[in-house]
Amino acid sequence: MSDPMTPATAAPRGLADPEARRALMAQVDRSPGASKPDPILEVDNIVRQFGGLTAVDVDHLEVQRGVITALIGPNGAGKTTFFNLITGFDRPTTAGKGASWSFQGRKLDKTSAPSVAKAGMVRTFQLTKSLSRMTVMENMMLGAQNQTGEMLALSMFWPTWRSQEREVMDKAMSLLERFKLLEKKDDYAGSLSGGQRKLLEMARALMTDPTMIMLDEPMAGVNPALTQSLLGHVQALRDEGMTVLFVEHDMHVVRHISDWVVVMAEGRVVAEGPADTVMSDPAVVDAYLGAHHDTDLGDDALLEDDAVDRLEHEAQAEDQARKEGQV
Amino acid sequence: MNDIFFILQSVVGEAIAPATAGVAIAVIGLNIHFGFTGLLNIGQAGFMLLGAYGMAISITKGVPMLLAVLVGLLLAVVFAAILGAPTLKLRGDYLAIVTISAAEIIRYVGRLAQFEGFTGGAQGIPGSRYSQPFRDLSFFGEGSWTLSPFNYETLGGSDAVRLLGLVVAIALAAATVLFVRRSKGGGVQLRNPVVDGLVTTGLVILTILAILFSFPQTLTRTGIDGWWVRAVAWSVVLVSALLVLLLARSPWGRLLRGIREDEDAMRSLGKNVFAVKMQALIIGGMFGALGGMFYVLASTVQADSLARQITFFAYTALLLGGAATIFGPILGTVIFFGARVLVREASRIWVPDSIIADNKTDVFSLMVVGLALILLVAFRPQGILGNKRELRFHV
Repeated sequence: MSDPMTPATAAPRGLADPEARRALMAQVDRSPGASKPDPILEVDNIVRQFGGLTAVDVDHLEVQRGVITALIGPNGAGKTTFFNLITGFDRPTTAGKGASWSFQGRKLDKTSAPSVAKAGMVRTFQLTKSLSRMTVMENMMLGAQNQTGEMLALSMFWPTWRSQEREVMDKAMSLLERFKLLEKKDDYAGSLSGGQRKLLEMARALMTDPTMIMLDEPMAGVNPALTQSLLGHVQALRDEGMTVLFVEHDMHVVRHISDWVVVMAEGRVVAEGPADTVMSDPAVVDAYLGAHHDTDLGDDALLEDDAVDRLEHEAQAEDQARKEGQV
Repeated sequence: MNDIFFILQSVVGEAIAPATAGVAIAVIGLNIHFGFTGLLNIGQAGFMLLGAYGMAISITKGVPMLLAVLVGLLLAVVFAAILGAPTLKLRGDYLAIVTISAAEIIRYVGRLAQFEGFTGGAQGIPGSRYSQPFRDLSFFGEGSWTLSPFNYETLGGSDAVRLLGLVVAIALAAATVLFVRRSKGGGVQLRNPVVDGLVTTGLVILTILAILFSFPQTLTRTGIDGWWVRAVAWSVVLVSALLVLLLARSPWGRLLRGIREDEDAMRSLGKNVFAVKMQALIIGGMFGALGGMFYVLASTVQADSLARQITFFAYTALLLGGAATIFGPILGTVIFFGARVLVREASRIWVPDSIIADNKTDVFSLMVVGLALILLVAFRPQGILGNKRELRFHV
């Protein structure tokens, strides 16, 4: 963070080099729940049910340190719920009954959302949460950790926090400059456009000096030009050694920047692999498009009785197979 | 003309009354809750009543003055902690429900005949039983005194001079408003903010002096309802405002506003939202208790005088002055209580008894105030000192 993109910091880790990342991830088994060479986040047996609906049911998942991992899946696959669970914004149904996850070897099962953030795992939100009636600068400065002036007893004595405040402001300035928001620093965050809010939220998350940043649909509602610069920022973060986990729907984006892709469907992790191969995984094709995605719906032949019967049989057989698979 | 002077004389008297100062302090506390942190506390009167009871009962039981004040403040801390612990983790509405009912519980307990030995039951504790130690601290001496000593009567006491004073006061008030608007507006600071502040302070003091020139108040120096209690009460108001200024401009104040805007965003940034909300609830509650003490110092501690309506008065005053501002609560409270007396006295004098009986004018003044609140929220929701820019964004 403090030393952006210098080869000196990137070289020992070597992960700024695309070949090195490819080589690293090539060793990883391409199956759901595969173990990684150096996992920063490990999740086990995390289930979240809303009444009868199982939104998330992940047996095992590891996230590799220092690379960009994309979490994809159709709508309702449980990606955001999964984010909420591991960042402490929601509690798994299996809490205390085997659910466990650890970040950098530290157990996070019973940790509240603020403590997760303090541990170095910071998230953003799908619907941006900019603090509308505060200026962009104030938004940024709230991100800084361990501020003396945030302690009630010392807050009234400004000499105790003045120098730290100045440091925080300088850091905010340099981040705002990097995210092209510097000229907006005295505007209310509520006056920013949707894309600028996404940028602000990412910059604010970076103020906490995270080890791993979790972006929930960072490109949703952002115009193509801004998407390019956001992508650049995300890759730069990775090159500086940060771990990135992000949820995204846009496949071009996923293919473009991610080193590893985890696919969720109906709450489960159904596939894992590098972006270029995982998309052709039958489980992924199934999850996204359905088994009959290549059937032409405009084909009149489908309207004939025997075709309908055949499809019905197929569907029943599939259901049967699924039930047996579960037992 | 005499009618108008009489009405304005009582308006000024009410505006500087200790009860007004007491409510102003409570509104400053409410501003921390509602204005800065977004906590919907509808039981500020409960905090005031606890402070008043805590101090008055302690003194009647022989506890020294300073300790008695601490007892009142401590009660508010405990009350806030008990109310906050279960509700601050939930959505804001729950705090509202719990605070309004808890304030009512305090009031009903205060009225109980079983506790007459402590609270005096429904009759309350008369001021004479607890205000003596406070008056003993006075160095104002005996006799009575007029503020301001230089007034229209020293210049002959003619109506013309008095009217001139009133015109000057209105002009000064208008000048203050214009100056503040100009120095705040546009977003660009042309002058030094310190100079701006000094000029504003000077204009405000001149306005007050001009008002007191035309409507001088004569009171005992150290009596139950005299200058001593007013001087202390308004000093405490200013100190409270200064304290809130320091808190609000600090990173801690920034936390409060962040929580008001979005709690989840603050959690995602590693802030302990619950702890900060609890701190805000406790501090605002302590201001409430302090306000309650001044509210009763010149009268009696009577449970029904600090009922729900005081909370609603406080909200009206807060919205009038401008939420999340530093001096809005004081200005709002003074104008609110002044306006109430203005409407009451005007309707008593000029509206015939056949339309509004004299004993109903107080109720009528409340109706007018309620209507004013509705118009205020509809047409100037940011209040007098609030920042209109903030209201452009729906939260």
